[in-house]
Amino acid sequence: MLLDRLDADPIAFADANGWEIKPEGACKGEVCVPLPDTFTLTDLADRLGMAVVDEPTRDLWAVGPETVGGRALVTARAPDPDLIDLEGNPFRLSSLRGPKVVLVAWAPY
Amino acid sequence: MSLELDGVEASRPFIEAAQPDHPSLLDPTHQLDALFGVVNIPNVVWIDEHGMIVRPPEPGWPGPTEYPPSLAARLAERAQAAEAERQQALAEGREPPVDLMTQLRSGQDREAYPDALRDWASRGADSPYAMSPDQVVAASGNRSLDVSAAAAHFELANHLWRAGDRDTAFAHFNACHRLQPDNWTYKRQAWSLVGNERVGGEMGRLTQVPQPGEEADWPFESNFDADVTQLEPGSYYPRTI
Repeated sequence: MLLDRLDADPIAFADANGWEIKPEGACKGEVCVPLPDTFTLTDLADRLGMAVVDEPTRDLWAVGPETVGGRALVTARAPDPDLIDLEGNPFRLSSLRGPKVVLVAWAPY
Repeated sequence: MSLELDGVEASRPFIEAAQPDHPSLLDPTHQLDALFGVVNIPNVVWIDEHGMIVRPPEPGWPGPTEYPPSLAARLAERAQAAEAERQQALAEGREPPVDLMTQLRSGQDREAYPDALRDWASRGADSPYAMSPDQVVAASGNRSLDVSAAAAHFELANHLWRAGDRDTAFAHFNACHRLQPDNWTYKRQAWSLVGNERVGGEMGRLTQVPQPGEEADWPFESNFDADVTQLEPGSYYPRTI
């Protein structure tokens, strides 16, 4: 996730990355990571094992995905990426819920 | 879902030619890499009726690969050249070089894959190919802090490239590639941007090596041919079925 400041709202940051803040901590699926009573965005990134990389010439930061558990997926519940169609309309993968879904990643390269 | 940062038009001709009756979508920021663990294309994920992944990203095809005539001709030329190189190496008593096409065709069984998919489509959770949630998580890719940093560098590179800050974008692409060398979408995406600029046309984005005489001007620390030929056979598209 790209950020132009690191003191942004940690709750909104968690939500945008598929993590829900609950009394037991930051939770995704059945996995919860304990949090202190008060925390910043960088505290949260640290607890979830997210790399923070900066580009100083632009006042720009990118936060990588979580590394909790050491696997690409924290849970088998499918993530819900922000996709677009050919006309630029937003599309949520979760809108296909109901039938089985086969997701094919391809590219013109 | 097309993992292409270089604008909608790069993907449009392929989608329109295929005339799919399913949603055909674009992922210009490579979220599938960061969120699902996609590391190459094609990669396929199976998701059940309840939104649960039953197979994490893995190489998959609808059957034996059919290439368009121009690409098939180019691949046939490469195969011929590789065979000539192999014969020459053997005649000179040297170890034959790694054959790129053999490398690309090894690993996952392209003919068996769609049979496994059909089995799951008809039998659901009873299919031996459907994994439990714990198996799915365990079988998803390695996710170290370096891999997380690679995704962050890629996101910066993507943003900077589209903003026209090429040199800074190249620095982040190269950092990304160093941190997660087995992520081929991050590499192929970056190499293809320059290949498309320099060669253009139908083969532009598939040109992921410096052209003869342009080696010193190649902005990346690696290229497709150099990296793939260093792999153990079968590791480019690992066999999972």
